[in-house]
Amino acid sequence: MGLFSCLTKNKQIPNSERYSSSKSSSPINLCCFYYSHFQDYFSGQQAILHFIDLMSTPLLDVDGVGHGNATLMSSSASVDCVSQSGSGLKECNFLGLSDCSSVDSSAVSNVSVENKNNLNLKATELRLGLPGSRSPERDSDFSLLTSGKLDEKQLFPLLPSKDGICSLTQKSIVSGNKRGFSDTVDGFSEIKSSVFTEGKWMFNATGSDSGTPQSVVEAKLAGNAGLNVILSNNSSGAQPSMKKEVSTRAPKEGHNKMNGSNNNSSAPAAKAQVVGWPPIRSFRKNTLSTTSKNNDEVDGKPGPGALFVKVSMDGAPYLRKVDLRTYSTYQELSSALEKMFMCFTIRKCGSQEAPDREMLGENKLKDLLNGADYVLTFEDKDGDWMLVGDVPWEMFIESCKRLKIMKGSDAIGLAPRAMEKSKNQK
Amino acid sequence: MAYSFPEEVLEYVFAFLSSDKDRNAVSLVCKSWYEIERWCRRRVFIGNCYAVSPQIVIRRFPEVRAVKIKGKPHFADFNLVPERWGAYVYPWISAMARSYPWLEEIKLKRMVVTDESLELISKSFKNFKVLMLSSCEGFTTDGLSSIAANCRNLRELDLRESDVEDLSGHWLSHFPDNFTSLVSLNMSCLGSEVSFSALERLVSRCPNLKTLRLNRAVPVEKLASLLRRAPQLVEFGTGAYSTEIRTDIFSNLVGAFSGCKHLKSLSGFWDVVPAYLPAMYCVCSRITSLNLSYATVQSPDLVELISQCPNLKCLWVLDYIEDAGLKALSSYCKDLQELRVFPSDPYSAEPNVSLTEQGLVTVSAGCPKLQSVLYFCRQMSNAALVAIARNRPNLIRFRLCIIEPQAPDYLTLEPLDTGFGAIVEHCKELRRLSLSGLLTDRVFEYIGTHAKKLEMLSIAFAGDSDLGLHYVLSGCESLRKLEIRDCPFGDKALLANAAKLETMRSLWMSSCSVSYGACKLLGQKMPNLNVEVIDERGPPDSRPKTCPVEKLYVYRTVAGPRADKPDFVWTMDEDGALRLS
Repeated sequence: MGLFSCLTKNKQIPNSERYSSSKSSSPINLCCFYYSHFQDYFSGQQAILHFIDLMSTPLLDVDGVGHGNATLMSSSASVDCVSQSGSGLKECNFLGLSDCSSVDSSAVSNVSVENKNNLNLKATELRLGLPGSRSPERDSDFSLLTSGKLDEKQLFPLLPSKDGICSLTQKSIVSGNKRGFSDTVDGFSEIKSSVFTEGKWMFNATGSDSGTPQSVVEAKLAGNAGLNVILSNNSSGAQPSMKKEVSTRAPKEGHNKMNGSNNNSSAPAAKAQVVGWPPIRSFRKNTLSTTSKNNDEVDGKPGPGALFVKVSMDGAPYLRKVDLRTYSTYQELSSALEKMFMCFTIRKCGSQEAPDREMLGENKLKDLLNGADYVLTFEDKDGDWMLVGDVPWEMFIESCKRLKIMKGSDAIGLAPRAMEKSKNQK
Repeated sequence: MAYSFPEEVLEYVFAFLSSDKDRNAVSLVCKSWYEIERWCRRRVFIGNCYAVSPQIVIRRFPEVRAVKIKGKPHFADFNLVPERWGAYVYPWISAMARSYPWLEEIKLKRMVVTDESLELISKSFKNFKVLMLSSCEGFTTDGLSSIAANCRNLRELDLRESDVEDLSGHWLSHFPDNFTSLVSLNMSCLGSEVSFSALERLVSRCPNLKTLRLNRAVPVEKLASLLRRAPQLVEFGTGAYSTEIRTDIFSNLVGAFSGCKHLKSLSGFWDVVPAYLPAMYCVCSRITSLNLSYATVQSPDLVELISQCPNLKCLWVLDYIEDAGLKALSSYCKDLQELRVFPSDPYSAEPNVSLTEQGLVTVSAGCPKLQSVLYFCRQMSNAALVAIARNRPNLIRFRLCIIEPQAPDYLTLEPLDTGFGAIVEHCKELRRLSLSGLLTDRVFEYIGTHAKKLEMLSIAFAGDSDLGLHYVLSGCESLRKLEIRDCPFGDKALLANAAKLETMRSLWMSSCSVSYGACKLLGQKMPNLNVEVIDERGPPDSRPKTCPVEKLYVYRTVAGPRADKPDFVWTMDEDGALRLS
């Protein structure tokens, strides 16, 4: 059958092409073309059932490692949770119990939730709530077709009419529903685990380059009496060990995240910080930290909160703000600033829009920043401008009010003053 | 209908309608009512500056006198929105400068305002009266100089919590000598010292001055002089209160305060030395609003002050007040409507004060009118939340921040689902809710089932799966703003409830599991939404489609994708192509 052949053809397409942006020849488009023709031949309901049946089993990988390109519709009668390509996720059965060790004992609540929810299917069905799809059969809606397979959804936009979408969503397939539901529960574990292995789950890891999947959240969780609902859904053996890793690392690690900067080696007693948590405005944070320095009664506490200072750069149209407490060395600060102001510097050089910013940027920028062109200076509490780097880091934090990336030529004569000043202060 | 009211009559009737909802309803009745209404609408509120363009607003409402515009999403307050994200007000100001010459009021929140914009405002609107910049940034005190110098009829200048680049205090001296119309001045966010004599003269010559909120740089010994020149003040914010106590200053202050028979609201109190607080006792009986959230004063002194304020309706305070102080509050201040307790040391591992969930329970029991709560604490239990819910079913805003992410019920080690469930079940009028602590999908089931009037929900480090998000999106009928961070919510719930997003103002999701592919799909399917992916790692299509995006901001709009995006924001477009700014 035409449809089938198109689908089997898809199986062989490698991942890279899958994500190519070529249009009319893409397998998805091809499939949709066939699907829309399908509709002409069959009446709505039949078409969908046929379509789903056709999409089932033979095309899906059951052995655990998904080839993302294999299928366009995943909700088959036998297999759930088709994994996404390239992420190495395992597939789980309905209820997610036997095949993957996704639900361990500490996740009893999750399992019971699943069971309970199996009984309340209607109330909990996910619906494809597209505009105009006010079908009377809403309560037996088709649940989401995919279980983590995203490109299947691209079927829908290519359908010729909204009605096509509606009819698709209206018809419920009982097994599909149940699956769609448990998909959610298990699908999360997959997504989570995939994300987790990348070190990004629940972390504000803007820079995945750091490579260390740490988080205060994880650390604290591991510390709490095994109550770890989030981490409990492990879908591979690797997970528990990673969890342990994190927990042993926890006490030593503290980190603040600000524009993907590095860890802060704060005192062990002080808590590691998460960006934007607790949710307190900068104005209040800065005010409180200044107040606590002034106020004798509050002395002796481990370092007060954030210390935001503005960073300006000659010729840049905008200011940035950085929290000095997220860094512990000049190197960290310098690399973070480099990242922040890279875009300005590159434009200044007149280079063309670089598709690979990482490739272009770093080396060139380092040269620029460390070379004759730019130097980093700061304004201290007395209003004097000095070169950054002359005084110990702690002293620098205490006195820095503002940062400025100046042209090298403008900064001549600053260095000696800094040295003198620190001598005088001693 | 053969006979109908002449337009003038209808216009006159419509003028009594102040609520936007009513006016919107009126404009739907028929075409002629639409026309009449749009010509007489004077106030416009734009909850999201990118939901509509200045041109569209001006075209529909040609005679507007007051605008209120909001820019960045709420989580920008906590540094979750990168700098240069947007929300520039200049395009609005320049469009309005051309079309609304009689504009009187501009109120902005979380927008980027430049000195250029301020100057344009000061020169374009001859009858300009009210400028309120709440949590805005991007301007300096030079911009304020333009406003002071050129706005001859200025009544209100309110800079609350804005981030102003403070070049000098000289701006205040730009108010001309014949300028007397000031009613409200809030400069509490500024750092530099203004010329005190200029300030004194300004206060003296403005007989209608009702609100004066000073900045830290005004020392306590100068307060008396100002108060004596403005005994009609209703709202007063002190400067720093930290001079060592001196009898002459103290008695001067007492005398000055006693002359202020209309004072209702006090704020400021930076670095306050407790010994100065009694100077205000003479006004306490009339005080309805007290902002002590910068006062690092211990509980006994706080209690001493609060016990003199029986008419207190609104209290903002640090957690130094402790459970004991809250108990006193609940017994003295029976009119209390709003309570905010901020953490004095949120980053330390151990609690530094004895403030627990008990304080909030006590206040909920003792203050029958309590409707708005913001509470930071370190431990919470389901039992306490249930008690609060039962005590105060009239709660409208409930924002609880347990400082430790995912902290469970400290008594039972269970999630706090039941507690928050009780809140939404009992407090049927709840409009705003912020969650914290250990929470599973169940809490979202409760929220979806019960929180039918909920308009704004903030979620962090909560939930187990997409089901949680699905419950909220499918159950909360009145939901307008949803902001989520660090939750395991992904594509399914989002896509399944795509239509819901058009009924909301905006959705924010950061550090969740929404994949780029899903964002693209959402953008394609929903032309009336702007689906913006914020990702500072570089273009999203340089990573696999399944890779989660860093941050996602979805909002409904009639203005199409915005043209001022920075390089780390991508709008998911209808044609599926990746569009850079």
